[in-house]
This record gives sequence, structure tokens and C-alpha cells, in this order.
Amino acid sequence: MRSSKVKAKPPKAQATGNATDVVLELRLYVAGQTPKSLIALKNLKKICEEHLQGRYRLHVIDLVKTPQLAQDDQILAIPTLVRNLPQPIRKIIGDLSDTQRVLVGLDVRSQAK
Amino acid sequence: MARASKRTKTVAASRAFPQLKKSPSGIAGFDEITGGGLPTGRPTIVCGGPGCGKTMFAMEFLIRGATEFGEPGVLMTFEETGEEISRNVESLGFNVQSLVDKKKLFLDYVRIEPSEIQETGEYDLEGLFVRLEHAVESVGAKRVALDTVEAIFSGFGNPGMLRAEIRRLFRWLKDHGLTTVITAERGERTLTRYGLEEYVSDCVVSLDHRVNDQISTRRMRIVKYRGSSHGTDEYPFLIDKKGFSVLPLSSIRLDHKVSKDRISSGIEDLDTMLEGLGFFRGSSILVSGTSGSGKSTVAAHFADETCRSGKRALYIAFEESSAQVTRNMRSVGINLAQYIKKGLLGFHAWRPSQHGLEMHLLRIHDLVDEFKPQVVIVDPITNLISANLNEVHAMLMRLLDFLKDRQITAMFTTLTANRGAEEQTEVGISSLTDTWILLRDLEVNGERNRCLYVLKSRGMAHSNQIREFVLSRNGVRLLPAYVGSGTVYTGSARLAQEAREKAEALREQQQLEEKRKEFSARRSALESQIAALRSELSSGESEFARLTRQRSERQQRLALDREEMGKIRGVTPANEVLNS
Repeated sequence: MRSSKVKAKPPKAQATGNATDVVLELRLYVAGQTPKSLIALKNLKKICEEHLQGRYRLHVIDLVKTPQLAQDDQILAIPTLVRNLPQPIRKIIGDLSDTQRVLVGLDVRSQAK
Repeated sequence: MARASKRTKTVAASRAFPQLKKSPSGIAGFDEITGGGLPTGRPTIVCGGPGCGKTMFAMEFLIRGATEFGEPGVLMTFEETGEEISRNVESLGFNVQSLVDKKKLFLDYVRIEPSEIQETGEYDLEGLFVRLEHAVESVGAKRVALDTVEAIFSGFGNPGMLRAEIRRLFRWLKDHGLTTVITAERGERTLTRYGLEEYVSDCVVSLDHRVNDQISTRRMRIVKYRGSSHGTDEYPFLIDKKGFSVLPLSSIRLDHKVSKDRISSGIEDLDTMLEGLGFFRGSSILVSGTSGSGKSTVAAHFADETCRSGKRALYIAFEESSAQVTRNMRSVGINLAQYIKKGLLGFHAWRPSQHGLEMHLLRIHDLVDEFKPQVVIVDPITNLISANLNEVHAMLMRLLDFLKDRQITAMFTTLTANRGAEEQTEVGISSLTDTWILLRDLEVNGERNRCLYVLKSRGMAHSNQIREFVLSRNGVRLLPAYVGSGTVYTGSARLAQEAREKAEALREQQQLEEKRKEFSARRSALESQIAALRSELSSGESEFARLTRQRSERQQRLALDREEMGKIRGVTPANEVLNS
């Protein structure tokens, strides 16, 4: 779409027969390579690997390069993780250091025990 | 660093004449009280309660900047969407969309929805800066308005971070040299709820909206303006169809030009009382009187006279409609309709309860600016006085100053109660006016008669007479009132007095006539007496003459007899000797 830096992780396989079948469309908004952004990206990747295998698509958007998107997507805090799909939109701000809160924020139940 | 150098420069500059650089807001009146507008390249806080006009102030600052001063602007709004804002100001005649299309204005609505947001870990508001920078760059903005940036406090849960970010934001705005208006909600005890004034110390404007006696008035005060002198009073302001306007008290200086020109009042006899020349041009005239004493008629005469000499008059009526006034004035021989048609007479009538005091006076300001009259008549101002007297005083002073400054002659009528407490009101206003004409009813002998006198008229030797004021089919006439034994007689009392005088004169004349007759009779009597005496005298004289004659005749006869006898005796010589 309009993102510049796309790190898409296409689903490897159809998820197991679960209600949380839907693919999550996630976007992480950062502004340059700031420490907070780097930490957030690292944390997010870890969460996705551990809890959302194959059920997500992730775009990382650098607002320094595409400032227009900050207005279009109503981004104020950096870093912000947005779950665009499924509806409704959810936003998680911060460096995503608290995994449980991120999962609650994304409205996904933890699959890993 | 940049700030420090800027400040020292400012201090140095304020000592010399050219002050701190200012950006005109374009808001009517505001630039006057701040001596030029908002501080250029610095943030200004506009604070106030809900509905006091903060957003309007910010919008007008941006729009005027874009349209009148060639300074594009960015509006970052946290409460209303861009569409809502453009719709709101559309009613004031601003076309926001066209400015956006022309890249003179950039709208960014920052939506903060706490329920959507989950916080985990550290973050900052870099997104806000990215957006602002993008907006500023895309239109080359010189002005920024943040309407109400405090909204972020409700959206995020880390006040320490927010404060740091707000501090950074203001710093950023200054560093970019953006003239900024930041609106803020009033706090309980502080100027702003979140103490934003701590971060912005250059200029703080407080707006207020209060209701007194069911009439709302808006006030503005410059709480602080670093490096600049400014008016410190509370100034009333309005938001009307032309936008935001502040009414400055121009009478800080009392130095309007004065004119020696005179203009006729339209009533010949009244002009006579004013040295035969009428009012000074640019002066203010108060016509006060009880109801039905003919105030409006005096005003209509003045309007009529002004228009007849080809000048423009603005007539503002608070009691009667235009049609009603013109009809009524026709009964005293004044045809105002013709001047309305010719465009010489601007007639505006509205209800006094329609707006608050400021609004009335602002409307008058607007009409004066539009119509450019030489004469303004307000009939009557009494209805405005329902509010606080001090306020009315101040407002009228503003209006009078405004009119005097433009050399416009103002006539106000005011209704006074019969010997009521309102006399005080009169005094309050009358001290502001140059000429005060008083109309008074005298109730004597079962009738009510009108009287007129000039209570004061600055700068001229005005008559001290009380004249009877008569409304006739040909307009107003002032009769010289009958003054006898310290009383003014008017109406039938005057007629009676005049009749009495006439009778008195007649009686005197009759008395004189009688006296004359009496005297002539006496004279004739005396004269006849004189005649009688004279005839007596003459009869005495003739008697005496007769006796004398008789005597001489007798002597003659005696002598003759003697001669005869002598002849008879024959003796002559002895007698002849004796006789010689």
C-alpha cells in the first residue's frame, strides 16, 4: 500500500482449527532508528514468533520517511503498534516490553503455555 | 541558546522605540490593545472556559494571517475535526476549504481515543512532532494554532512524559519561529487546567464569558505580554457574523480633533438658543425627557436637517420600527422616507433585548464603518441601561470616543422617569455628552405641556431660557415661554395669563378715560366759573364807568346850569379866571 518499509510475513500455512483463525494485520509506526523503536521492534518480533505464528502480517512504517501517514493513521505516540484487522482498530503504544499487555491489547489469547 | 539571544535582543529593543516584533492577528481591536498583535515566532496561550471563543480566536488568527498578511498557517485540532471547524467558521464568512486547496492553510485533526489505546512501556509523542513538521513544511506555515493541546492529557497516562513533551513542543515551535496560538481550558484556580502557562511565558490572553442579569458578555484580558506594553483592562469582545472583535477603550487617549463647524439642529428656534448656530460638529448631544415629551421628534428633526443638507445620517431605533417612525414623523411634517429611499438616511431598528450591550455597540460600530454617516442618532439609549450602569458608562464612552474620533455628531435620546431615581442615570451619561437638551412635561391646569431647555452646551453661550415646545403640523416650534413672578406659564395657563394681562390693560385704559372725562368736566366747570367771574368783573367795570360818566355828565350839567344861571345873572369874568 503506502508503506515504504514492508516486512511482510506471509502466513506459512493455514492456522489450526481455532476461532482465532483470522490473520492479524499489524503495523508498527516508528520515527527513525530510535532506541525505543528498536526495542519495540525486537519485542514485537518475539511476541509474533511466540504467539502468532503464521497468523499475522507486519508492516513497519517509518514516519520520518512518510510523515503524511502520521496524520492519515492518527499516530501521536511513538512507537505505536496498530492492529488494523480484524476490526475494530486497536492501538498499543510504548516499547511493547510487557508481553501480556500486548496480547491483551491485540485481543489474542496466548497459545504458548 | 537561540532563545536567550532573542530575549536579550528584545530587552534592548524595548528600550529603544521599536518594540518586540509582532504579528498582526487581524482580529479587530486586538491588535490595538496589544500594540500590534501577537509576539512573532513565539507561542501565545489563549485560555478561557468552555464556549468563550478560544477556537474562534485561533481560527481567525490563522485565517486572517493567510488571507490578509500572506502568512500560511497550520491548525492542529484535538477536539473537533477539520470539517467541523470549517463548518463552524463558514458561518462567519470564512472559506476554510478554499484556503486549504490553495495551500494557505493546513488542517490536522488529532484524534485521541483513550479506549483504543493500550500502553506498554515507554513512548513519546514524536508522532505529534512529525505531523506538525510535515504540516508546517507542506504549506510553508508561519502561524500555528493548537486547539486544545491539553486534550493529550486525557489520552495518555503518563503525565511526566506529557509535560516533558509539551515543553519540547513549545521549544520546537519557538525554534522554528512559528507564531503560535495555543488554546487552553481554564483551570479551577490557575489560568489553565494543566498549567500550560508555566511553559509559555511570552503572552497569555484570558477570555471570559459571563452572564449578568441574563445578558451575556464576553471579556478579554491580556494577562501578560513579555517585552511589550499592552492594555491591562478587561475588554469586551464579540463574535458576530464578521468574526471576532474586541472593543478597545480608545479613550485611553483623550485627544480627538475638535471642530468649530456648527451644524443645525433642524429646529430653528433651538438653533437660536445655541447662539443661533446649532451644535458643534463632532459633538455629542443628549436629549433627555419623560415619555412623550418629544425626544424622537427632536431626533427626527436633526436627521431631517442632516439629510436635507445632503449629508448622511444613521438612525438607530430601539423602540419603533422604521415604518412606524417615518409614519409618525410625517404627522409633524417630517418626511424621512424620501431620505431613506435616497440612501442618505440609514435607518436601523432592533430590539434592545436582542443582544448584550457589546453587541449593540459593535453593531453600531459596524454600521458606522459601513454607512459612513456624519450624524448618528440612537433613540433611545435608555433601553441599553438595563444592565450595570458602570458598564453602560464605559460602553457609551467607547462609542462616543469612536464617533468623536471620526468627527461624527452623535445624538442620543434617553428616557427619564418623572423625578425618579433615573436622574442619577442621566447624570452618569450626561457627563459624557457635550450638549444636554432637556425636555420636560409640565402638568398644570389639567393639561400637560412640553418644555425645552438647554441644560448645558459646552463651548457656547447657550440660552438659559425655558421654552415651550409645541409640536405642530409643520414641525417643532419653541415659543418664548411666559415668565411672570418666577413661574413659567405654558399652554392654557399661558393663554389665561395673557388674557388676564389684556383685561388689566383694558381696565387701566378705561380708568384713564374716566379720569380724562372727569377732568374735562371739571375744567369746563372751572372755565364757566372763570367766565362768570369775568362777566362779574366786566359788569363791575361797566357800572363804574357808568357812574363815572353820570358824574361827569352831572358836573357838566352843573357847569352848564351855572353858565346859564350866570348868563341869566350876567356875570362871566370871575368864572373864567376861576376855571383857568
